[in-house]
Amino acid sequence: MSTETGIGAAVKRREDLRFITGRGNYTDDLNVPGQTCGVFLRSPYARAKIGAIDATDALQVEGALAVFTGRDTATDGLGDLPCGWLVKSKDGSDMAAAPHPPLAVSQVNYVGEPYGLVVAESLAAAREAAELVAADFEELTPVVATAEAAEASPIHEGLKDNLAYDWELGDEAATDSALATAAHVTRLDLTNNRLIPNAMEPRAALATFDPASGNYELRTTSQNPHLERLVLSAFVRIAPEHKLRVVAPDVGGGFGSKIFVYAEETVVTWAAAKVGRPIKWTAERSEAFLADAHGRDHVTHAELGLDGAGRFTALKARTTANLGAYLSTFGSAVPTYLYGTLLAGQYKTPNIHVQTHGVYTNTAPVDAYRGAGRPEATFVVERIVEAAARETGRDPVELRRLNMIEPDDFPYETPVALVYDTGNYQASLDKALHLADYAGFKQRRAASETRGKRRGIGFSCYIEACGLAPSQLAIQLGAGVGLYESGEVRVNPTGSVTVFTGSHSHGQGHETTFAQVVSDKLGVPFDDVEVVHGDTGRVEFGLGTYGSRSLAVGGSALISASEKIIAKGTRIAAHMMQTEPTNVAFEEGAFISGNQRLTLQEVAFASYVPADYPPDLEPGLSEKAFYDPENFTYPAGAHIAEVEVDEATGVVQLVNFVAVDDFGHIINPMIVDGQVHGGLAQGAGQALLEHGIYDANGQLTTGSYMDYCMPRADDVPDFVVDTTVTPCTHNPLGVKGCGEAGAIGSPAAIINAVTDALGTEDIAMPATPEQVWRKLSGL
Amino acid sequence: MNLTLTVNGAEHSLDVPANTLLVELLRTRLRLTGTHVGCDTSQCGACTVHLDGCAVKACTVLAAQAQGRSVTTIEGIGRPNGTRNGSPDDLHPMQAAFRDCHALQCGFCTPGMILRAMELVESGGTLDNRTVREGLEGNICRCAGYHNIVKAVLAAGDAMQEQSR
Ligand code: FES
Ligand code: FES
Repeated sequence: MSTETGIGAAVKRREDLRFITGRGNYTDDLNVPGQTCGVFLRSPYARAKIGAIDATDALQVEGALAVFTGRDTATDGLGDLPCGWLVKSKDGSDMAAAPHPPLAVSQVNYVGEPYGLVVAESLAAAREAAELVAADFEELTPVVATAEAAEASPIHEGLKDNLAYDWELGDEAATDSALATAAHVTRLDLTNNRLIPNAMEPRAALATFDPASGNYELRTTSQNPHLERLVLSAFVRIAPEHKLRVVAPDVGGGFGSKIFVYAEETVVTWAAAKVGRPIKWTAERSEAFLADAHGRDHVTHAELGLDGAGRFTALKARTTANLGAYLSTFGSAVPTYLYGTLLAGQYKTPNIHVQTHGVYTNTAPVDAYRGAGRPEATFVVERIVEAAARETGRDPVELRRLNMIEPDDFPYETPVALVYDTGNYQASLDKALHLADYAGFKQRRAASETRGKRRGIGFSCYIEACGLAPSQLAIQLGAGVGLYESGEVRVNPTGSVTVFTGSHSHGQGHETTFAQVVSDKLGVPFDDVEVVHGDTGRVEFGLGTYGSRSLAVGGSALISASEKIIAKGTRIAAHMMQTEPTNVAFEEGAFISGNQRLTLQEVAFASYVPADYPPDLEPGLSEKAFYDPENFTYPAGAHIAEVEVDEATGVVQLVNFVAVDDFGHIINPMIVDGQVHGGLAQGAGQALLEHGIYDANGQLTTGSYMDYCMPRADDVPDFVVDTTVTPCTHNPLGVKGCGEAGAIGSPAAIINAVTDALGTEDIAMPATPEQVWRKLSGL
Repeated sequence: MNLTLTVNGAEHSLDVPANTLLVELLRTRLRLTGTHVGCDTSQCGACTVHLDGCAVKACTVLAAQAQGRSVTTIEGIGRPNGTRNGSPDDLHPMQAAFRDCHALQCGFCTPGMILRAMELVESGGTLDNRTVREGLEGNICRCAGYHNIVKAVLAAGDAMQEQSR
C-alpha cells in the first residue's frame, strides 16, 4: 500500500474539513421539525427530602407544555440507572448499590441532581417555567469529605453505612511481613484531587418518538451509543432495542464523561413520547460542572519497603475513593480493578497489597475520567518511589532502573493479577533522559536561581492497562458487559469499501486512522474507504470508545473482518482463475496466481454479479467480526517534568516536559502525538490548576470557569514527545493505545518536580501559588 | 425589535426579542451552527466571531449591538461564498494551518480558536510562541494541549504575511 496513506503515515484527518469550516454535526447543531426544549429542575441542596412539587404557575407560562417529576417516571415504571460493574468486598459480599432513579423521587443526594423536567416551546419559556416550579425540600445534613464518609451516618436509606465496598487485592500478610523486615520504609499520605472533565461540548440530547411505528430515536453526546441503547432498553425499559435507535453524531470531546448513561438523555427520551413532540436538551456549562460524572478523588496512605541495596520489597496502599452520591455506570470499577491492578508499575516489587474503601458522599457521582484509576495508581507508585529515593539518598533515576522489570522478564506476572506481555522500560527512560538533557539539569537549576526561581525535576515511569480484556475474565470479575468490539467491512460492488465500527470517535480521528488500517490491509486506495460509526441503526453492535481501546480492540476487529474478506475473495478469485484457493496469494489489493491477477475490485464485482462464481458460495463481499482481546495491552513510558517556582509569588511554571511513550506500532504518528499533547495538558491541569471543591454544605464552589482553573495556552509549554516501540504480542496490529498516557504519567512527574524544587514531600495537587507560597513562607 | 445586520456578506433583516444574544441569533435563527457555546460565563471562546473585523465572544454580545454592523463566522471565512469549489483551496490560511498542523481533535473549540487567531495575526504584533500563547488565553481547548494550535497559528501567520505581500 502507498506509504503516504498506509499504516505509519501521518495522514491529515479527513474529519477536519467539516470542523474547520463550521460544518460539524454536534448534537446541539441538529434540529427537527416540531422540536421542543427541555430544562431540568436540579436540587439546590446536597441532601434533602423532596416534599410537594407544585407546577401550577409554571404551566401558566406561555409555551410551557409539561412538567415531569420523579413521581411520574416512577409511576411509569422507569427502571433505575444501573452500575455496570459489580465489585465484591473482600468478605465476598456484593457491593452496596444505592438505587439511582433517573429523576430523584423522595430524596435528592447532591447539588444539581435532577428531580424534574420542564418542556416548553422555546428554551426561554422552559427556563421561565422552571423558575416557577415550587418545590418543598426538607434539608438533611450532608456527608461531603472523602476521608470521613465511611464513619458518617448513611446518606441512603436502607444502607447500613456509606461504604459501597471494602475491596482488596494482593497478599496482605506477605506484604505486612516484608514491610516489617524492610531496611527502610517510606510512608506517604496522598490526595488525588477531584477533577471535573469539562469536554468543551456540553452534553446534549435530542429525542423523537414516532407514535405510528413506536420507534424512538435519541441523538446524544455519547462515547458509546450501543451501550446507551442497551441500558435504556434492558434496564430503564424505555423501549426494546429494535424500537430505539441511538445516534451519537460528532462528539466534542468526552475523556470518559460521555461513556456513562445519564439521567438527562434517559428522561428526555421517555418524555418525548409523553409530550408527543421531539425534545432537545443541551447542558449549560454550569450544569456540566454539577451533573457530569467527576473524576479521581482518592485519599491514600502508602508504604514502600526497600532492602539495604534499594530493592523494593513491598508496597501497601490504603485508599478511600469517593464514589459520589450514586454508583455511576462504571464508577465502581475505577478505584478497584483499574487502580489496584496497576500498583506494580514498572517494577519487580514482590509483595503488594491494596485495599480500597469506596464511599458514598453527597457529591456528584465519580467515574472514569481520562486514565481512570491508572493515573491514581501511577501517582501513588511514582510519588512514593521518588520520595524513597530522596529519603535513602539515591538518584531517583537509578533507583527506578534498579527495580525495573527487564526486557527478558516478559511475560511478567505481577502480584496484583496482571500479566504484562511486553515492554522495554529502560529504553523509554534512556530516551527521555537524553531528550530532557538530565545531565545539564544542575546548570539549569543554577541559572534559575540567579533569577529568583527554584527549579525542580521530576520523573514518572508509568504503566497502564488498556483495551480492557478479555470478556470472560471481566465478566467473572463483575463486569456487566463484554469487552470485545465489533467491526464490519463491506466491499461495495464497484470496489469501494464501507467500514462499520462499534468504536466511536469523540476527537480521536477514527475516520482517518481506521481508513488507513483497512486501506493498508486490503490494498485499496485510502479515499475509497469510508468509516461509519456512532449509530445503532447502521452499526450492528459496539462497546464504544474508552480506555484507549479503539484501535487495539476495534481496529483488531476490522483486521479480522478484512481477513475474512480476503479469504472469501481468495475462493472467488481461485474459481475465476480456475485454480485452487491454496494457489492464490493476496498482495497489495490483488489476488495472484502464477501470472494471473484479479484486483479486489474485480472480485467484488464478480461477487455481486455472480456470473462465473463458486457454486457453494454466497454472493456478496461483506464480512463481520467480533474481536475479544486475550489480554490487556500495556502502554508504558517515561515522563520528565521541569518546573520553576517563583519564590516571591509561589507560582509554579511548567517549563519543560518530555514524554517518551511505548504504544507499540503506530498507525498515524501525527494523531498519536496530538493525543499525548492533550493528555499532558490535562495532567498538568490536575497537578497545578484543577480542583473540584465542595464546601461543608455540599455546595460546589468550583462551578464555573471562574473558579475551576482550566489549563490555557499560556499554562503549558511546548511538549517534547517521542516514542519507543515494543509491539503488543497478542493483537494483529501490535498496537497498545495512546489516548490516556499523557494524563496518566504527567501528574506524578510534575509534582515530583515541584517537591524537588521545594525540598518537601508535603505538596498536594493542585500545587497552587497559594499553597506553594505558604510552604515557601513556612506557614 | 427589528434588526438589520450583515452576516458573512449577506444582509439580514429580522425581528428578534431585544434580549437575544448574538450567538443565539447565529445558531438558532440563521442556523449558522459553526459558532459554538462552551460556557455560560464568557470564558471559553468557543463562540468567538468577528464583529466589524474584531474578535468578540458572541455569547456576551446582544444581537442588538450588531445593528448595522458586519459579522463574520467560521462559515464566512476563506474563499467567498459563490466562488468556492469544494476543494482545500477554499480554505483561509488559518483553517488550512489548523488542519496541516493537527491543531484540532474534537473540533468544538476550533471555530472560535481560528477566528481569534486570525485577529491575533491581523493585529500585526510580534508573533512568537509566547505572544501566541498569551493571545489565545481567552480560548479553551480541552483536547489538543495547545502545542499544535500554537504551531498552526505561527504557520498561518507566515502564510498570511506572504499572502498580503
Ligand atoms: S460560549 Fe462564549 S465564551 Fe464560552
Ligand atoms: S479540539 Fe476539542 S476542545 Fe479543542
